[in-house]
Amino acid sequence: MPSSIPASGTEAPAAEAPPQGPWTFARRNPTIVIGGLLMLVLVGIALAAPWIAGDPLKLAPVNRLRPPSERFWFGTDQFGRDVYARTVHGARVSLVVGFSVAIAASLIGLAIGLLCGFYRTVDAIAMRIMDGIMAIPSILLAIALITLTRPGLWVVIAAIVIPEIPRIVRLTRSVVLTLRAQPFIEAAIAGGTRTPRLLLRHILPNTLAPLIVQSTYIAASAILTEAGLSFLGVGVPPEIPSWGNIIAQGRSFFLIAPWSILIPGAFLAVMVLGVNMLGDGLRDRLDPRLARRM
Amino acid sequence: MFAYVIGRLLATIPVMAVVAVFVFFLLRIAPGDPAAIIAGDDATTQDIENIRAKLGLDRPMLEQFALWCWRLMQGDLGISIFSNLPVTQLIAQRLEPTLALTVSTLLVAVVLAVPMGVLAAWKARSLADRVVMGFAVMGFAVPVFLAGYILIYVFSIKLGWLPVQGYRPIAQGLWPFVEGLILPSIALGTTYCALIARITRASMLEVLSQDYIRTAESKGLATPRVLLLHALKNSAVPIVTVIGIGIALLISGVVITETVFNIPGLGRLTVDAVLKRDYPIVQGLILVFAAGKVLVNLMIDISYAFLDPRIRY
Repeated sequence: MPSSIPASGTEAPAAEAPPQGPWTFARRNPTIVIGGLLMLVLVGIALAAPWIAGDPLKLAPVNRLRPPSERFWFGTDQFGRDVYARTVHGARVSLVVGFSVAIAASLIGLAIGLLCGFYRTVDAIAMRIMDGIMAIPSILLAIALITLTRPGLWVVIAAIVIPEIPRIVRLTRSVVLTLRAQPFIEAAIAGGTRTPRLLLRHILPNTLAPLIVQSTYIAASAILTEAGLSFLGVGVPPEIPSWGNIIAQGRSFFLIAPWSILIPGAFLAVMVLGVNMLGDGLRDRLDPRLARRM
Repeated sequence: MFAYVIGRLLATIPVMAVVAVFVFFLLRIAPGDPAAIIAGDDATTQDIENIRAKLGLDRPMLEQFALWCWRLMQGDLGISIFSNLPVTQLIAQRLEPTLALTVSTLLVAVVLAVPMGVLAAWKARSLADRVVMGFAVMGFAVPVFLAGYILIYVFSIKLGWLPVQGYRPIAQGLWPFVEGLILPSIALGTTYCALIARITRASMLEVLSQDYIRTAESKGLATPRVLLLHALKNSAVPIVTVIGIGIALLISGVVITETVFNIPGLGRLTVDAVLKRDYPIVQGLILVFAAGKVLVNLMIDISYAFLDPRIRY
């Protein structure tokens, strides 16, 4: 954080903490470290997918519905496809969706939130629209958006981003409104700072800590929403293996081949757990005020 | 009090208006030709024209909007493209299972979560606290369908205690009705329960550190009395707020839970409508679900005034 900005409520105490070794850091922030390690492993698996797993789409009816074994670690599905290969490749979709939604929703929400905090007319209009979007359950809004377009990964991402934007807008707006009453902002205004510079140089850096925390939670909820949409058959097209559509395709053979549902489901839960733990850890470290409220 | 309730009630009107406008324009500003997408890949030009006429897309935008608002205010949500039945009728037919599932999940979650949160706060940093918090962190990560299939696997297939899937209306007897709701409610309630337990603990911890709690304890009141009457009552506002926020989570979860457990409710109706691209139904469902959510928020807002008499807007 630039030193020209005086301390405000949202500034992390970590900035003043003495430098610490990795072990001290790990002991003091176990959730960040555990969550971070889980994510590292999953990102590694997703990146290495083409090398550590076979073709997720290869059909082999001879091997259909095999239980987990040495040859098929996670068993096979009703078409003889390797559930291990499909699960490993499915990690890619979840991660791409989680990251893209978190980044897109944060950037759009931040821009709207900053404007809302500073211009009353924008605020009045934008907040009513946000209230309306928030009244629609996110999965339904995503479903409605998808109904109107052709299925695809980017459509799914866009459909998940829109319902997540209001959360960021409200957060940014509330931080901006608190900041506006701070003496250093008044001083900057009195000193003749122009609004764009004021927003970018003095307000924006102070919104980052809560924003990072919130976007982590958005990544977790986006991963779950994508899995839900793909499970319902309105998400990622079936030719791209995603944990949601692997589970959806395993549904009718659940009694004979429960592994094709339980294993990708467990991976999904571990990924969401990892992201959430990372979020909790970051919140405790970056945004202690919020941490106390939870 | 009366003015507060009226004020809250009026505040729901602009929200619903925005939802209605949003849903209306969603269909009109969507990229591509929605009529062609709804009709599907092998539709003839005539089919597309028919759908366009059915959706009213062939008329000027303002006229369409006026007509849509006029019908909406009369409670007319339009007509399904495929079944040709009024959307309101289709929704009314499917309402009971969804309502039953939502209410039973709400009950299961609150009944389990609040005592868990109270226990965790009372015995803070003990083993019980760690177990509850562990559950809260894990429970928040378990997707509804995973919880659902695990429950079906254990309780229906291995143990054979409960039916695998399906729904029996309450008219067919109380036990069959309850029996079919147990597993879906637990599956759907897990996330919700984790969320409420966490907030209950945090809110209780804050109240338990207050002076009046120490006073109550030092004058010799029994622990349950202090915990429930003095502490829980005063931590109710954040708990109720989260119960309200969670309703949104619950509604999204209902769509998935109904698919896992084969319950013929509004969630199934949504999915079937989407797969057939029957937009009027999707539109109607969004409005109904949004209205439900706004109504719950309204009740929560009103409950604040009872829980904390200091709240006056």
